[in-house]
Amino acid sequence: METILITTATVTAFTGVLAFLLTLADRTIGNYGEMQITINDDKEYIVEGGDTLLASLISEQIFIPSACGGKGTCGYCKVKVLEGGGPVLPTELPWITEDELEDNVRLSCQCKVKEDMKIEIPEELFNVREYQMTVESIEDMTPEIKKLRLRFKEGEEIDFKPGQYIQLKAPIYEGNDEEVYRAYSIASPPAVKDYIDLIIGYVPGGKATTYVHKFLKEGDTVDINGPYGDFYYQDKYDNEMVMVAVGTGIAPILSILYYMRDNDIKRKARFYFGAKTPEDLFLLDEIEKLEKDLYDFEFIPTLSRVLDEHNWTGERGRVNVSLDKHIKTPEDKEAYLCGSPGMIDSVIEVLTEKGILEELIFYDKF
Amino acid sequence: MIELNPFVIFFAAIFTNNMIFSYFLGMCSFIGVSNEIPTSLGLGQAVTFVLTFTTILNYLIYHNILVPLGLEYLRFIVFIISIAAFVQLLEMVVERYFPNLYYALGIFLPLITVNCAILGVSLFMVIRDYTFLQSLGFGVGSGIGWTLAIVAMAGARQRIKRTKLPKGLEGPGITLIITGLMALAFIGFSGIVQIQ
Ligand SMILES: Cc1cc2nc3c(=O)[nH]c(=O)nc-3n(C[C@H](O)[C@H](O)[C@H](O)COP(=O)(O)OP(=O)(O)OC[C@H]3O[C@@H](n4cnc5c(N)ncnc54)[C@H](O)[C@@H]3O)c2cc1C
Ligand code: FES
Repeated sequence: METILITTATVTAFTGVLAFLLTLADRTIGNYGEMQITINDDKEYIVEGGDTLLASLISEQIFIPSACGGKGTCGYCKVKVLEGGGPVLPTELPWITEDELEDNVRLSCQCKVKEDMKIEIPEELFNVREYQMTVESIEDMTPEIKKLRLRFKEGEEIDFKPGQYIQLKAPIYEGNDEEVYRAYSIASPPAVKDYIDLIIGYVPGGKATTYVHKFLKEGDTVDINGPYGDFYYQDKYDNEMVMVAVGTGIAPILSILYYMRDNDIKRKARFYFGAKTPEDLFLLDEIEKLEKDLYDFEFIPTLSRVLDEHNWTGERGRVNVSLDKHIKTPEDKEAYLCGSPGMIDSVIEVLTEKGILEELIFYDKF
Repeated sequence: MIELNPFVIFFAAIFTNNMIFSYFLGMCSFIGVSNEIPTSLGLGQAVTFVLTFTTILNYLIYHNILVPLGLEYLRFIVFIISIAAFVQLLEMVVERYFPNLYYALGIFLPLITVNCAILGVSLFMVIRDYTFLQSLGFGVGSGIGWTLAIVAMAGARQRIKRTKLPKGLEGPGITLIITGLMALAFIGFSGIVQIQ
């Protein structure tokens, strides 16, 4: 009995003293007082010092893209720190190029607010919000690809440019022990305000896609934040639009096409879509409707693994082949590409060879 | 109590009784952060730093609190708590008052709170009944030994970065194999001294 008492008392006293010391330290040593963050030279925020820049910005409802939850493993959370931020940390270096170093680019999840800071972020990020969405429907497009419709709460809406993406949070579930955020392009029209559509492909072993494909059910709620991205419809010139996508890369292109339909934009557009077999094509009825509704739009699917039994009369081979065939002159063309990094690099090669200017090639690498 | 000069223990902890190569302790950060020499060196320094102080701290706690009260069996839980609290405190102090030190090794501190080499050293110190100076030599030596091991590993990994490996061996696989080979090499030192 006595042993039990002494043991309990000692452990309690010991942890108590340490807890007291730590709290005291947190109040004194860890207390940096209030700091001021000036963003883009005009907006000023007062935050509690000592936290990471990312966390401080989130507490002010400013969302910097971040896919790893601030662990310094995704490299998405870059911001320009003009004043106050201390030296660049070793944990940031793997993500920051030499040019960016010159430009004072930092990872906001690593850099802490210990003095007043001046930072620069893209103006659009002020537009980014967090939303809790209800899964209205989940539809199979192909065995590997699902379309999700997420509905906003009453009174909430998102304002995005066609082509932009949101980040979806995959929570902890059986087989996944960390929360992750992944980017998904919005496939629905910007004019639609009460829901968004996402087109999500399955990646074997993927954290977010396994969640979406195997766990998520209609009626569930999911957290998203957005919009993000500098890949969107460009209205500077009236060029012919060359759109190229494979698989789920169709999502942002659809949003752009809907936008053109809703705003009655009279531009020539060609959409080259790459897939393996006819079974990999989806949303064909939607696209057919767009072909009718749009001013001058044509869908050119290109299949790389057709068999005789498919009776396929369209283009064959990789998209590069059909681009090579259809694009005769480079003048007055601009390109929108979406898909895997490999596909994008090879398409950029074909297009620049054709003479299309690199600054008129816009892309999102998935 | 064994009669060994603290210096002998210090060297033994580096070479013959290396935490990594003889006991395979502290493996998770050893495997996870041994990609590049500068980072490994930073982590190694942090481990050495923490080992030195936690060994002293735990020595005092053990001999001045636990032994008089007859609570030696509480050492596992008490050591873990004191290490965790100490690392937290240390991080706060370093971050606030020694910015340069913080940029060199402070950011690694949270990584090593749960490093088992650190608990291991405190426990070995008790099991082997070291005196204060012996413990100190053992703590510092173990830290340096751990640093030596992780830097050597980072050097090896930097070299093999661009070599083609069988798919299944990439990352941790090859690291463990190399660790095994290095451990074999370190057995060569084991004839020099024995500290247990
Ligand atoms: C701007 C942007 C927009 C995007 N839009 C969409 C979209 O509309 N629809 C969509 O489905 N995805 C989109 N993605 C990709 C998406 O963000 C995820 O990367 C993808 O869904 C995999 O996430 P995961 O968590 O399931 O896999 P992870 O857990 O991240 O990855 C598991 C493994 O699969 C590998 N892997 C990751 N992605 C792929 C891939 N695409 N193909 C093959 N292997 C892969 C990884 O290297 C890793 O080894 C977009 C990405 C970006 C950057
Ligand atoms: S949030 Fe992922 S690196 Fe900063």
